[in-house]
Amino acid sequence: MSRPSSPLCLPPMVALLIAPLPRLPMEALLSRFIRRLVARRPDLLRRLGAVVQVPVAIVPDDLPHAFLLSLDPLRSSVRICDKTRISEAQAVVRAPFLVLLGLLDGTYDGDALFFTRDLRIEGRTEYVLALRNTLEEADLNPGEFFGLSGTSARWMNELSDTLLTQARAFAARSVAQPERERS
Amino acid sequence: MELVCPAGTPSALRAAADAGADAIYCGFANETNARNFPGLNFSADELSEGVAHAHRKGAKVLVAINTFARAGDVGLWKHAVDDAAACGADAIIAADIAVLDHAAANHPGTRLHLSVQAAANTPEAIRFYAEAFGVKRVVLPRVLTVPEIAALNREIDVETEVFVFGGLCVMTEGRCALSSYATGKSPNLTGVCSPPDHVDYREDENGQLLARLGGYTIDRFESGQAAGYPTLCKGQFSARGQTGYLFEDPVSLNAFELLDDLAKAGVTALKIEGRQRGKAYIAGVVGAFRRALDSLESGGDAGPAIAALNAFSEGGRQTSGSYKKTWR
Repeated sequence: MSRPSSPLCLPPMVALLIAPLPRLPMEALLSRFIRRLVARRPDLLRRLGAVVQVPVAIVPDDLPHAFLLSLDPLRSSVRICDKTRISEAQAVVRAPFLVLLGLLDGTYDGDALFFTRDLRIEGRTEYVLALRNTLEEADLNPGEFFGLSGTSARWMNELSDTLLTQARAFAARSVAQPERERS
Repeated sequence: MELVCPAGTPSALRAAADAGADAIYCGFANETNARNFPGLNFSADELSEGVAHAHRKGAKVLVAINTFARAGDVGLWKHAVDDAAACGADAIIAADIAVLDHAAANHPGTRLHLSVQAAANTPEAIRFYAEAFGVKRVVLPRVLTVPEIAALNREIDVETEVFVFGGLCVMTEGRCALSSYATGKSPNLTGVCSPPDHVDYREDENGQLLARLGGYTIDRFESGQAAGYPTLCKGQFSARGQTGYLFEDPVSLNAFELLDDLAKAGVTALKIEGRQRGKAYIAGVVGAFRRALDSLESGGDAGPAIAALNAFSEGGRQTSGSYKKTWR
């Protein structure tokens, strides 16, 4: 589905650079992170309720792939696939990549993004809601993603925070530039 | 005035405490509270930890047990009251007479607040709850003007709490049957208005978004148009050849401009709606209203912080709602 470019979308060049990269290593890394998180925070599965073992598709508007996420006490997984191959997903969440990251780390409010249409959902709304509320509680950050703790985690989080802020500013500028050239 | 802030999860509670909430309200993960949505709310253990954290930060915790108990099956609600008291809650917010009675009889040391779900908006009704159960505060329905609140406060000895930001119920709370009509689930009995398992969104290739509730198409948003919640009260209806919002537009309450008037009207506490919202909303809204309240007392300008809250508003629009009743 083509959409008008959002100020939060990455420039098209990013998708072109990412498209040829091998998916398997990224799948393995993401799956390992999710399994580690579920093992460390069993309370999150209680919060998920009916969404355990339900495949949910996360579809970044500005990247070439979709992510099929399935959370499970033993075999949580993330599969990377083409956006046209997500029919097994019970629910679909679509948004620019930086928006999705901002939802993960609590930078953005999901409802506010829904109001502005930067975030769109399809399928079983209750699954999307349960997943969103669980991720809110998970308090995810990059340090956790790389299995760090203490000072190194804090350093990693501060670095990624700076990089993400710059990426959002860059994305906004790259959308504003052509508009200024047209006017 | 006290700033009362929402928390749907333990991390939201921490965000509210960090942002300057005087009190934080939350509920258990079951149908005893009116925000019974998937993935939200607290277990008893999480509530205990939340209360301890809030108290360390100087904030109180109010537990909403504010749905109406099922006839002949009040056990779940009584159990929730016992758990809230055991967890060290500073107050219980309730609406059902059986729940209030159980709390007053078995936990006299725990303060009782009357939920907005009880829809008590007359001196007689409020006095009844105060005399019968020792209720110390009433959360007023979002249907009164500021002069009406001032008049009410002159006739009662109970504290009043009013909503200042967030979602709006157009009806007197506790008496809404719209969600039940469309889905069979009631906000007042099962704690879910427009339950998500009855909500369905479809966006077509032109970017037009259709929102459906219980199989009914209740709203349509064109590409780029700000969307609202999938509630029947904010849906569009067709009648006599015209289509439009019959009860209420998708819009959020923002009573920032009326804070001084509300203080003069004798209001004790200001409530922010949004237990289903994320940490970003909690931090942004609580922080802005904290600044606004502090500037009421010590000067300063909270205008820019409040203006930024438009981004959190349903349909991208705000209203002072019934406080002014400009449509009259």
